[in-house]
Amino acid sequence: MKKAINLNVNGVSRTDEVEPRVLLVHYLRDVLGLTGTHVGCETSLCGACTVMLDGEAVKSCTMFAVQANGATVTTIEGLATDGELHPVQEGFWECHGLQCGYCTPGMIITAAQLLERNANPSREEICHGLEGNLCRCTGYQHIIEAVEYAAKKTAS
Amino acid sequence: MIPAAFDYQAPATLEEAVSLLAGDPDGAKILAGGHSLIPAMKLRLAQPQLLVDIARIRSLAYIREEENQILIGATTTHYQLESSDLLKQICPLLPMCAVSIGDVQVRNKGTIGGSVAHSDPAGDWPAAVIALDADLLLIGPNGERTVKATDFFVNLLTTDLQPGEILREIRIAKPSGRFGESYQKVPHPASGFAVVGIAAHLELNDDGSCKRAKIGVTGVGVKAYRAQGVEAALAGANLDDQTIASAAAHVCDGVDANSDLYASGEYRCALAQVYTRRAIQAAKAV
Amino acid sequence: MPTSYVGQRVRRTEDPRLIKGLAHYVDDIALPGTLHVAFVRSYYAHAKINSIDTSAALDVPGVVAVYTGKDVAKIGPVPCAGALPGLKVPDHRVLATDKVYFVGHPVAAVVATDRYAARDAVDLIVVDYEDLPVVTDVEQAAAGTGPVIHESFGDNIAYKMTAGEGDIDAAFAAAERTVKQRIWHKRLAPIAMEPRGVLARYFPGEEELTLWSSTQIPHLMRTQVALMIGIPENKLRVITPEVGGGFGSKLNVYAEEALLGWISMQLHKPVKWIETRRENIQATIHGRGQVGDIEVAFKNDGTLTGLRYNVIADLGAYHQLLTPAIPTLTGLMLSGAYRIPAIQINITGVFTNKMATDAYRGAGRPEATYVVERALDLVAADLNADPAEVRRKNFPGKDEFPFHTATGLDYDSGDYEAALDKAQQIAGYTQLREEQKKARAEGKIMGIGVSTYVEICALGPSTAMPAGGWESATVRIEPTGKVTVLTGTSPHGQGQETSFAQIVADELGVSINDVTVIHGDTSVVQYGIGTFGSRATAVGGTAVYVAVQKLKEKAEKIAAHILKADASKVSFEGGKYSVTKAAGATAATGSSEPVYPVGQGPAGALPEPQTEGRTGLTIAEIALAAHLAKELPPDTEPGLSATYFFEPKNFTFPFGTHIAVVEIDRETGDIKFLRYVAVDDCGRVINPMLVDGQVHGGIVQSIGQAMYEEVVYDEQGQLITGTLMDYAVPRAKHVPNFELDRTETPSPVNPLGVKGVGEAGTIGATPAIVGAIVDALAPFGVKHLDMPIKPEDVWRIINNDSSRI
Ligand SMILES: Cc1cc2nc3c(=O)[nH]c(=O)nc-3n(C[C@H](O)[C@H](O)[C@H](O)COP(=O)(O)OP(=O)(O)OC[C@H]3O[C@@H](n4cnc5c(N)ncnc54)[C@H](O)[C@@H]3O)c2cc1C
Ligand code: FES
Ligand code: FES
Repeated sequence: MKKAINLNVNGVSRTDEVEPRVLLVHYLRDVLGLTGTHVGCETSLCGACTVMLDGEAVKSCTMFAVQANGATVTTIEGLATDGELHPVQEGFWECHGLQCGYCTPGMIITAAQLLERNANPSREEICHGLEGNLCRCTGYQHIIEAVEYAAKKTAS
Repeated sequence: MIPAAFDYQAPATLEEAVSLLAGDPDGAKILAGGHSLIPAMKLRLAQPQLLVDIARIRSLAYIREEENQILIGATTTHYQLESSDLLKQICPLLPMCAVSIGDVQVRNKGTIGGSVAHSDPAGDWPAAVIALDADLLLIGPNGERTVKATDFFVNLLTTDLQPGEILREIRIAKPSGRFGESYQKVPHPASGFAVVGIAAHLELNDDGSCKRAKIGVTGVGVKAYRAQGVEAALAGANLDDQTIASAAAHVCDGVDANSDLYASGEYRCALAQVYTRRAIQAAKAV
Repeated sequence: MPTSYVGQRVRRTEDPRLIKGLAHYVDDIALPGTLHVAFVRSYYAHAKINSIDTSAALDVPGVVAVYTGKDVAKIGPVPCAGALPGLKVPDHRVLATDKVYFVGHPVAAVVATDRYAARDAVDLIVVDYEDLPVVTDVEQAAAGTGPVIHESFGDNIAYKMTAGEGDIDAAFAAAERTVKQRIWHKRLAPIAMEPRGVLARYFPGEEELTLWSSTQIPHLMRTQVALMIGIPENKLRVITPEVGGGFGSKLNVYAEEALLGWISMQLHKPVKWIETRRENIQATIHGRGQVGDIEVAFKNDGTLTGLRYNVIADLGAYHQLLTPAIPTLTGLMLSGAYRIPAIQINITGVFTNKMATDAYRGAGRPEATYVVERALDLVAADLNADPAEVRRKNFPGKDEFPFHTATGLDYDSGDYEAALDKAQQIAGYTQLREEQKKARAEGKIMGIGVSTYVEICALGPSTAMPAGGWESATVRIEPTGKVTVLTGTSPHGQGQETSFAQIVADELGVSINDVTVIHGDTSVVQYGIGTFGSRATAVGGTAVYVAVQKLKEKAEKIAAHILKADASKVSFEGGKYSVTKAAGATAATGSSEPVYPVGQGPAGALPEPQTEGRTGLTIAEIALAAHLAKELPPDTEPGLSATYFFEPKNFTFPFGTHIAVVEIDRETGDIKFLRYVAVDDCGRVINPMLVDGQVHGGIVQSIGQAMYEEVVYDEQGQLITGTLMDYAVPRAKHVPNFELDRTETPSPVNPLGVKGVGEAGTIGATPAIVGAIVDALAPFGVKHLDMPIKPEDVWRIINNDSSRI
C-alpha cells in the first residue's frame, strides 16, 4: 500500500505517494530524476548513494523513502549554492579527486559532512571520515588532498 | 537490491508501536536505524510483512543522567553517543565504542537499541553494554520488564526479547570512584564489523590497583560475553604488565571461537588476548 | 611545439558535470516505457537443468515476458577473440540451455514494467537442477583427470602452449645456481564502482537498435553484438555514456548486452538491465587466476642465464572475449627489466566451474612482473645480496635500446637504472637498510621491498591484436571556430577529454575551452578500438596528434591562398597564419578568439571574413573560409577536418621502480606501511596530475591484491566472497601516503613520445609490497608468501606455525 510522503529536496518541497519498499535512493533517482546519487552495492558498503538528510550524511540505499517523510534532503545536485561550487566540489576539481566520477557524489557529500564536524581534520581523521565510501579509481590520495584543500579554502 | 513488498507504519508513541506489533506477531518487525535490517531485506534474507518504525518516536532518543544512572533511549544513534560530551566525561567507553562502528553514515542512522536487539556476533554495542552491566528496559504487550544485559544475549542473533517486545531504554549505573575504560577493536577489512572487540571497564583503587574489572568481548563467540576468567584474575590485583598479560590469556576460556575466511578461531583468540591486554592497559592509563 | 597546455597540471574538463552530479551513466538515462530485466542465475556451480517452470513468474502483475535458453537459441554465442592454436572453445550461449556451469550463470531473463515486478518474479521461477560433480581444482584439471565440464572435449584442458627464445635446457643444465618457487595469483574481482548496465531501444520503423552500455569498447561491441543477434552492423548504434570504471571488466562482450538488444527487438520497447553488485562479483569477469612454478638459472655473481615459468591458468567455465589470451601476455613479459638469454613459458589453460577470467587491470602482465620480481628477490636471498643490486646488475644499459628479449619483444626505450637510482634516493635506501638493522636489533619487524618493473603498453600493433591495434581520430574546426575531436578510444575516468584537448589546443594555438572531445558513440565517431591496455594516449592520442597535423597542412594551403603568398612563406604561430615578414618585424600575435563569440554572431548567413589586405589569419577565420568555400585554392575540398588512423609499429614499454617499506605488529601480524615510493617512467607526460592519479589508483589495487582481495570459491564451487561484506576493496584508511616521482624517457614509437600509464600501478606495486613483507619476515626464514598476505598468515609465521601458509 502506497504511503504519502512530503520532503524537501534541494530546497524544493515534494509530495508523493510511494510503496514502502521504495528505497530513498530509488525515490530520488527514479521519481525525482535526481540521478547524481548513485548505487554501487546492495550491502550498504560503498557509499555511492550518500546524501545529506537533515544535515547528516546517510546512505540513501539503506533507508526507505517513507522514513525520510518530513526530512530535508540535499543531494549532490543541490550542494552548490547560487551556481557556486561547494568548497569540497572545488577541491575535487582542483586536486583531481575523481576519475570515473561514480563514487564522487557520495564522496563529496561525506567529505562535506566531515568538514562540518571537523573544520581542520588530519589525514587520519579524513580517512576515518571517508571509511564508508569506496573509490576504485583514485587510490584516495587525491581525494584526501581535495578535502584538505576544501578545509583550507573554508578557513580562509 | 529490491526488498520484497511490505507495509509500513510509523507510530507516534511506544504504546501504539506495541499494539501494532501485537497485531501481526509473525510478520511484523521493528525498524529502528535500519542498518542491519534493510541490508538483509535488500538481499531478501529478511522479508517482513510489516515494518513498525520506532525511530520516529521522538521521545525514544535521548542520553540523560538521572541520579546515579545514565539513561539511553533505544533509538539514540551511534553518532549521538559518539559525540555526547556528557558521556565523554562520565562514561567514555560508550563514545569510544560508538566511534568504532562501521562508518559515519552508519553511525548517523544506526541505533544502540537496534544493535543490542539484533545481537550480531560481530556487533560492538553488545560488548560495551555487558561490560557496563547495563539494565535493559523492555516494553511489550504484557507491560515493562528489566533484563540484565549479561542475561539478554542468548545465542547467535538471539536475545531474551519476546515476540512483540521493544527494547526502550538502556540503563547504566554511573561509574563512580576511580575508574578507567577502553574499547579496542580489530575491524574486518571489508565489513568493518568486529573481528574482535574488547570493552574494558576497570574500577580502580586509589593506589591504581584493580578493584574490579568488567570485560565484554564481541566477535569471538556466537554472542557477546563477559570474560570472567580475565575479570577474576584482575580482581584485587596490581595492574602490572605481567598480571595484565596473564589475565588476558583467559579471554577465550570456555569459548568456541568463530572461524571465517579472515581469521581462524585460533588466531581470533590470539587477537582477543592481545586486544584484551591493550584495552586493559589503555583503561588503566585513563 | 608550443607547450602552453601539454605537460601542465590542467584541471579536467570532464569534472564539472561529474562533481555536480549532472553526468549520465547508463542507469541515469530514462526512456519512456522502458521495461526492466532481471535474471535468474544458477546457485549451482555445475548442474543439469531438468526443467524450468516460469508460470508463476508470468502471473506477476507487470511481467511482460520470461525467456529461457531455448527461447534465445537464435542468438549467436558469446564471442571469444583469443584464437590460439588448438584452443577448445565451448559453445557459450547467452542463457544456459541444458546445464549450468558456474554460480551466477544466467538461466532465465524476466522482463517487466518495473524493476520491482521483475525482481519479484525471479523468486517465482522454479528451476529443477540435478547436481553434477564440480571442478574447482586447477591442478586436477591440468592433470586431465576428474570430472569433465564440457563433455565433448574429453578433459578440462582448454589449451597448452609453449613460447620463448634461447636454449632453456642448456641454460639450466649449465646453471651455477637455480631457484624455484611455486606462486599463486588468486582470482580478483575488478569491482568497477559502477556495475555493468545496458539500455536497449529498438525502433521497428527505422529498424535501428541503440544500445547504451557501460563498456570500454563501443565499436568492437557493435560488431560483435550485430553478429550475435543478426542485425546489420550499420543499424546498430552503441553509445557509452559516462562509464563508472572498467579496469578491463568492461573490455568484453557479455551475454546480457546481446540479450537486451534482442529483447528490445522482440518487444519493440526500450529495455534496461542494471547489474547488482552480487551479480557483478558472480558474473562479470575475474582477473588473474594463475598458479605456476617459476625457475631461474643464474651465475654465482648474480647474472641471470635462464628463466622458465610453467603455469596453469584458471580460465573458468567459458571463454569471454580474451580469456585464453591473457596468460599469453604473461609469457611476453617474462623478461622483466632484465637481460635473460633464454626464457620459456609453458601454459596450460584449464576449465573450471567458475566465472571466466579475463583482462583485469594489467591483464597477464602483473602476473609476469610479479613472478619475475619475486624470482629476483629469491636470487638475491640465495646470494645473500641486496635485491636492488641484483636487479641493477641485470638491467640492459640505456644505450642498448631497442632491446630484444627472449620473449620476442623489442623494448622501445628505457633507462632502468635512472629510475632505480631516483627511487633509492627518494626513499633514502641505504639509510633505510641501516634503520632496518637497528629496528631488527630492537625486536621490530620491518621490511623493504623493491620492484623494478617494465610493462608493455600502447596495445598495440595490429599483428599482435585480435581485432586490430590501431586507433582513430578526427579533428574538425567548425564554422564558428570551435574545435571538435572525435576519438575512437573510449575513456572512462582516464581524462582524455582533457589530455586530448591539451594536445589539440597547443597544436592549433586555441583555448582548451574551444576544444570538445567526443567519444563513445558509434554513430558519431569513426570506428575505433577502445580504451584498454594503456593505449588511449599513446595510440589514440597519436591519432589525434597526426590528424591535427593533417588539418594544419590544409589550413596552411588555404591561408597561403587567401593571403596571396607562397605556402613556404606562411608560418603558423599562436593560432595564426601569417606571411613571414622581413627580419626584424615581429610575428603577428594570434588570437584564439572564434570569429563569432557565441551568442554574438549574426543570425542567418555567415558573412565572409574580411581577408582583403590581411597579412595574418586566425585558424578560426580559415575554418570559416573553408566552410564558405568561396576563396579556396583549386582542387581543395571544402571544410576543415582531418581523420587519421594510427597504426603503431611497436608497443611501448614504460618502466619504473617502486619501493615499499612496512612494519609488522609482532603480536597480531598486522602490516603497516611506513613508506611508499614510486618512480614511474611513462615517456612524455601530457598532464602530470592525471598520471599521478593513474599511478595512485593502480598501486591501491595492488595493495588490495597483495593484502586483502581474493575471490574465493569453495570445493562445491560456491562463491564465498559474493558481496562487499567479504570481498575487501581497499578504503582510504588502508592506503599510505604515496611519494611519487618520475623519469621521462620518450618513446620513439609515436611522435608524442608517450608510453602509457594506466596499468603501471597494478604491475609495479605488488612485488614491492610482497617483497617488503617477505623481507620483514626474512629473519623467520621466510622466502616467499602468496597474496593476499593476511595478518593471520604473518602471525603464524612469527609464531612458527606454517599450517596455513
Ligand atoms: C556498512 C555497515 C557497517 C556496519 N558496521 C558495524 C560495526 O562495525 N559494528 C557494529 O556493531 N555494527 C555495525 N553495523 C550495524 C549497525 O550498527 C546497525 O545500525 C545496528 O546493528 C542495528 O541498529 P539499527 O538501529 O540500524 O537496527 P535495525 O536494522 O533497524 O534493526 C535491527 C534488528 O533489531 C530489531 N530492533 C531494532 N530496534 C529494536 C528495539 N528497540 N527493540 C527491539 N528490537 C529492535 C529490528 O527488528 C531488527 O530485527 C554496520 C552496518 C552497516 C550497514
Ligand atoms: S549503494 Fe552502496 S552503500 Fe548505498
Ligand atoms: S572515481 Fe571512479 S570510483 Fe572513485
